[in-house]
Amino acid sequence: MHSYKEYVALMELHAEVDVEKLRQVMQMFVGKIFQRPPLRSSVKRSLRVKEIYEIELLEIVGRHVLFRVRCESGTYIRKLCHDIGLILGVEAHMRELRRTAVAHIRESLPIVTLHEVSEATYLWKNYGDDTLLRRVILPGEYIVANLPKVIIKDSAVDAVAHGAQLAIPGIAALSNDIKKGDRVAIFTLKGELVAVGKSEMSAEEIAKNVKGIAVRIERVVMDRGIYPPLWKKAEKESQSGQ
Amino acid sequence: MSLDRKGFDFIRKLDELAGRKSEYLIKSEEPTDPKYGFYPFERPIDVYIQYGFIPLDKPPGPTSHEVVAWVKKILNVKKAGHGGTLEP
Repeated sequence: MHSYKEYVALMELHAEVDVEKLRQVMQMFVGKIFQRPPLRSSVKRSLRVKEIYEIELLEIVGRHVLFRVRCESGTYIRKLCHDIGLILGVEAHMRELRRTAVAHIRESLPIVTLHEVSEATYLWKNYGDDTLLRRVILPGEYIVANLPKVIIKDSAVDAVAHGAQLAIPGIAALSNDIKKGDRVAIFTLKGELVAVGKSEMSAEEIAKNVKGIAVRIERVVMDRGIYPPLWKKAEKESQSGQ
Repeated sequence: MSLDRKGFDFIRKLDELAGRKSEYLIKSEEPTDPKYGFYPFERPIDVYIQYGFIPLDKPPGPTSHEVVAWVKKILNVKKAGHGGTLEP
């Protein structure tokens, strides 16, 4: 999945430069850029094209430049700083980096520290009070909030939890913007994430058809046996009927 | 439009959080049986933890891997993962 990332970075220039020139050079990097992953990196070091969506200069103090950048996943900000330095002719390196968003997961969510997790767990384990823990932990469903969604009937849940493909009769509702091949999140009517898969049809096709496979399951999240296995019963009935 | 109100409100809240503006096509208005599963915010605490997600402010120093190990130990859970510094 190609999601965007957002960072706030601190770049140190190796000599002072004119602010207007710096601004211009940094804006040159907005758009598609060539980037070779740095020596110490976790991926193959071949030249890649990455897209920078936005660069915003936040603060300049002497040789220190603070900026916010929104870019394609897999862009190296250390490399970006280095390359900005080269174009400026003074060289530069990255001093500090903080990721502020991954797709829709951003700092606007209630971000917590390890201490808070530990404290909330302590209160729950020793005093039986889970209020703080319920604020520290969010339902995992938040992770797939950005995906188009398919809501399924109770009767289809356990089959999907067992990894079965999702067929049209099991669907109760769906996002109207699903295109064939899109990754979709499958939810119960209560709002629980069951699985993630690839849609085999567009929303219109799913809406107008009465049978067929709508979603090919890629990853099951919900445990088996939470919803009743009606599909097994139906299978048995059809078998006994034969 | 009569999908389960509470469940559908939660799903729409997720869409709103991610800036998704699409509407829903309704194929069936079947109700959901309260005997099975839970509304995400009403899960018993152990289930809530199992299906939970923590937007964690990782301190510089320890690796994401180490932090995941600590969180697992604190909460006493077997399965947990991460997807980077600001990911699930």
